[in-house]
Amino acid sequence: MAIEVRIPTILRNYTSDQKSVTAEGANLAALIDDLEANHAGLKDRLLENGDLRRFVNVYINDEDVRFLGGLEAPLNDGDQVVVLPAVAGG
Amino acid sequence: MLTLDRATYDAIVAHAKRDHPDEACGIVAGPEGSDRAERLVEMVNAAGSPTFYEFDSTDLLRLYREMDARDEEPVVIYHSHTATEAYPSRTDIGLAMEPRAHYVLVSTRDCFDADGGNNDGPVEFRSYRIIDDEVTEEEVSVVPSLPARSTT
Repeated sequence: MAIEVRIPTILRNYTSDQKSVTAEGANLAALIDDLEANHAGLKDRLLENGDLRRFVNVYINDEDVRFLGGLEAPLNDGDQVVVLPAVAGG
Repeated sequence: MLTLDRATYDAIVAHAKRDHPDEACGIVAGPEGSDRAERLVEMVNAAGSPTFYEFDSTDLLRLYREMDARDEEPVVIYHSHTATEAYPSRTDIGLAMEPRAHYVLVSTRDCFDADGGNNDGPVEFRSYRIIDDEVTEEEVSVVPSLPARSTT
């Protein structure tokens, strides 16, 4: 089971500057744990108090995971996950 | 220093005025690593607010996919302040996630009177680097057109 995860510029210091990495997991929570095992520190940049950070967007096959069940969103072999920090401010 | 061509500068100012009193936002994309602000992309402020802006999450993905396909990156990320100065707010600093971008702040507070009528006051236009919560202002140079792209 291989899932491609696209990493934004600001988080590439956790992935040795790789734009995308491969990870596994039956759902998004498991995928993030697998990412953390290979790229320590990444999980904390994605999650806060056990949930996805408000200003980090995660997409599975171009769909915002907030509409797919959040951390429970199921994943399948060949899915593509994209992580993008929100562009926002006050 | 940020260098912008006159047409792009004017378009950002016009966008900010048009969306006043809500905040306007967008980017200027350019070839990765070139620091050339070439392609203006006006974005919708999904927050539709006078005190906050946020790119819609679907638009954001589309934008980054498009930039990816064109080997571009966001050279400028701009937004307006409509009642305060053109300086990054604490929220702007906390949410600045593109260390290579020029963060442009435009203030329209002097352009309109309290009733929203046109005041013809100046638009404040300033640019910053925001890296690890540290804000550094930089000069903005407006040129008739960007110098020819290096072919080497």
